[in-house]
Amino acid sequence: MKTLRLTSIFTILMLLFSINDAKAQAPKGDVLIQNATVLTITNGTLENTDILIEDGKIKNIGKDLRQPNNVTVIDAEGMFVMPGIIDAHSHIAGTSINEGTSQVTAEVSMEDVVNPMDVSIYRALAGGVTSIHLMHGSANVIGGQNETMKLRYGTTNPDDLRFEGAPRTIKFALGENPTRGGRQRGIQPQTRMGVEAMIRNSFNDAIKYREAWADYNSNRSNRKIAPEFDLRMETLVDILEGEILVHCHSYRADEIYMLMRVFSDFGIDKLTFQHANEAYKVAPELAAFGASASIFSDWWAYKLEVYYSTAYNAAILTRNGVNTSINSDSGELIRHLFHEAAKSQKYGGLSDNEALALITINPAMQLGIDNCVGSIEVGKDGDIAIFDKHPLSTYAIPQMTFVDGVKYFDINTDEADQRIMIDPESTIEDVVIFSREDFDMCMHEESLVNFYELVNEEK
Amino acid sequence: MRSTKFLLTILVLLLSTTLSVAQNDIMRQARAEKFALTNAKIYTVTNGVIENGTIVISNGIIEAVGANVTIPSDAIVIDYDGQEIYPGMIDSGTQLGLVEIGSIAEAQDIREFGDITPQMEALTAVNPNSEAIPVTRVSGVTTVITRPSGGVFPGTAATINLFGYTPDQMFAGSKGLVINFPNSGRRWRQTQEEADRARERALKTLNDTWDKAELYAKIEDTDGARYYPEMEALARVIKGEMKAYIEVNAAKDILSAIEWVQEKGLTDVVFTGVSEGWRVAEELAEAGIPVITGPVQSVPTRSSDAFDAAYKNPSVMQKAGIKVALRTNDTENSRNLPYHAGFAAAYGMGREEALKAITINAAEIMGLEDQLGSIEVGKKANLFVATGDPFETSTQIIEVFIDGYQIPMTSRQIELYNEFLDRVPGLNKNPVTTDQ
Repeated sequence: MKTLRLTSIFTILMLLFSINDAKAQAPKGDVLIQNATVLTITNGTLENTDILIEDGKIKNIGKDLRQPNNVTVIDAEGMFVMPGIIDAHSHIAGTSINEGTSQVTAEVSMEDVVNPMDVSIYRALAGGVTSIHLMHGSANVIGGQNETMKLRYGTTNPDDLRFEGAPRTIKFALGENPTRGGRQRGIQPQTRMGVEAMIRNSFNDAIKYREAWADYNSNRSNRKIAPEFDLRMETLVDILEGEILVHCHSYRADEIYMLMRVFSDFGIDKLTFQHANEAYKVAPELAAFGASASIFSDWWAYKLEVYYSTAYNAAILTRNGVNTSINSDSGELIRHLFHEAAKSQKYGGLSDNEALALITINPAMQLGIDNCVGSIEVGKDGDIAIFDKHPLSTYAIPQMTFVDGVKYFDINTDEADQRIMIDPESTIEDVVIFSREDFDMCMHEESLVNFYELVNEEK
Repeated sequence: MRSTKFLLTILVLLLSTTLSVAQNDIMRQARAEKFALTNAKIYTVTNGVIENGTIVISNGIIEAVGANVTIPSDAIVIDYDGQEIYPGMIDSGTQLGLVEIGSIAEAQDIREFGDITPQMEALTAVNPNSEAIPVTRVSGVTTVITRPSGGVFPGTAATINLFGYTPDQMFAGSKGLVINFPNSGRRWRQTQEEADRARERALKTLNDTWDKAELYAKIEDTDGARYYPEMEALARVIKGEMKAYIEVNAAKDILSAIEWVQEKGLTDVVFTGVSEGWRVAEELAEAGIPVITGPVQSVPTRSSDAFDAAYKNPSVMQKAGIKVALRTNDTENSRNLPYHAGFAAAYGMGREEALKAITINAAEIMGLEDQLGSIEVGKKANLFVATGDPFETSTQIIEVFIDGYQIPMTSRQIELYNEFLDRVPGLNKNPVTTDQ
């Protein structure tokens, strides 16, 4: 009996050890980048400067740094080094996007549908991107939880892409998409009024749920039955308690304003508006609330709620003191976010640093990872992109991309076929002719059940 | 006496200030005058670069270009102080004027019912007051092809200048019949089986219809021949009266399309799309068929392709000797044409060839090279003034002329910027009241 016990304890310890071990497997690299123009973002532009990355972290920044033994040296003379680009809104590497069975699906998470073998990851790296926010879709009001990831391409294990220590985030959605979902399903919401009511109802339910558990825990006895555990409610409670950052799909100024009022009422303050084409109309209110905006550089007119857009959105928001990022929401745009950010110079004349902040430190703050990435600072992660010209030039071509000091893209050794896994049943010449609509991933959804028709089947 | 003169001067100055303010208020209207644009760096495209050059515009036409041009006494002189002038950019494939809002069927006139509707005229449905038109032209894109889509023969595309109040005022003088060549590639989210079935159907439709059209072209003038609008439209291409824009993308389809065109004896043909042109560039060059390709900022057609396959596509084709023009294949963001050209330039094409691909090459492909595509005497005054290289996003476009009209440099997007940059009232209008 005793030996059995010891053996099982030993087994459990071994298991625990191996799990810990598996978690700590993200590769870290060492590299010394020399003589570059370094766009630090938070500390200006440094000419002829070296960056030393050791064990995945930026160890030193300065001139003529000593080369430690066994550290690869990259001569970046004439080149521009910037922090790895961060895309605060992406759907690449996601095998499904929308959980379409309910208007509130806070319990699901994108971490369960990560495909580390999506070749889009490599193509994003080839555009200088090192981190993405893999988001749930926008078909329902309170969608699933998102996953913040580092683009460590080459692994077949989804867990290797995790951004260690990144806060949890969740997707909300307002406006046309969830109301269209409501109409298709024959349920609420079918209007922006219904959207607000659904969010308020959900949080009120969560407060009751929290109270029920608090009540049960404060005065436990054998005679009391525990409340039913509900992962959806647990998640909503975590939002109320500020443990989950909300990223809300939104377009129109009125709905953006509505959510700020709702969140004020419930005491929630960690809020980023995604897309937010009309955020510029309520820029003073966004600044006062402390909400952020993660927007397109210039997409508009693809639906009614983006018809009254302006490409000057980023400039208006920045000038009004709103933390703003530019995202892709697209497997195409993600490959040239540096160019998308550069458009803020045409539309509103942002400075080089302001424009680059839109794809580095600003999205890092929106994802709560600015302590690790988003600028070139000693102590931060060695997530770096190297360009042959200033990254805000249309002619700039990304040369190398590092995550945690490990090189995942190098244009000098780039090979065309970067697939990790080839479907043995696929056709040899699988040619896909894309159209722009194919990249509107937010609304790609599974076929929806119409509840109204289900209930009224005899009609 | 002296003081009266002084007072008069002041008065005139004051008056002119108020006048210019009033003029700003009505700057939604274009101006057609005799203009002399002086002291500019002129990129003619066809005749090199002129430093400190002058362009004289009269009756919508470029009357003079050069470093030593006599400025007519009745011209309005605009000194550009070293800024750069380029011919208006031409986007060789858009849905401008046809699509106002992407997701709303009622706001789109792009696809008529059926697979065989070659008699449909894009020009008819062009909305001259589309919000996207000013948004596009203030970025220096002055001319576009706008094209219908869907089916095998969706209709006729038209080249339009982005200024005018009726389709006819906008029409630039070139049309072409759109043919969607049967596509062996998949559409996104389509299975290969679905794609194959669709291709078989389309191939049958294409060939059956074309056989009928050839017969129709032979007998249409005989007594008792019935009038078929579809056949009439196709017969014009068969008789060489109209060019054909053949949309074709996958490499093996491009080869089939070359064969098809040769078999049908068509000579005035342009291939559009041509995403995999780089794979068969030699064959395309040999066939002597010009191409309109793009968007350049596009993902590769195969997951096994290099990340930059689409960026390099225009350059590979151009270097093989194919005449290449570029398109955005967009509507509201046709304004990004210079950036598609910029990417093509960066990935091998070079700036000069990329500029040609959105100016003179496009004009030549449309058969409008006597009117558009370069800054030359006798051509239409379609041009723009920029603070620098228009392929760079830091460059501002400060003036646009279309058909000799000085275009108001505004759009709804600019007006919204002016209204909301420093909103009035800002945060506090009155104490906030809520009904919560």
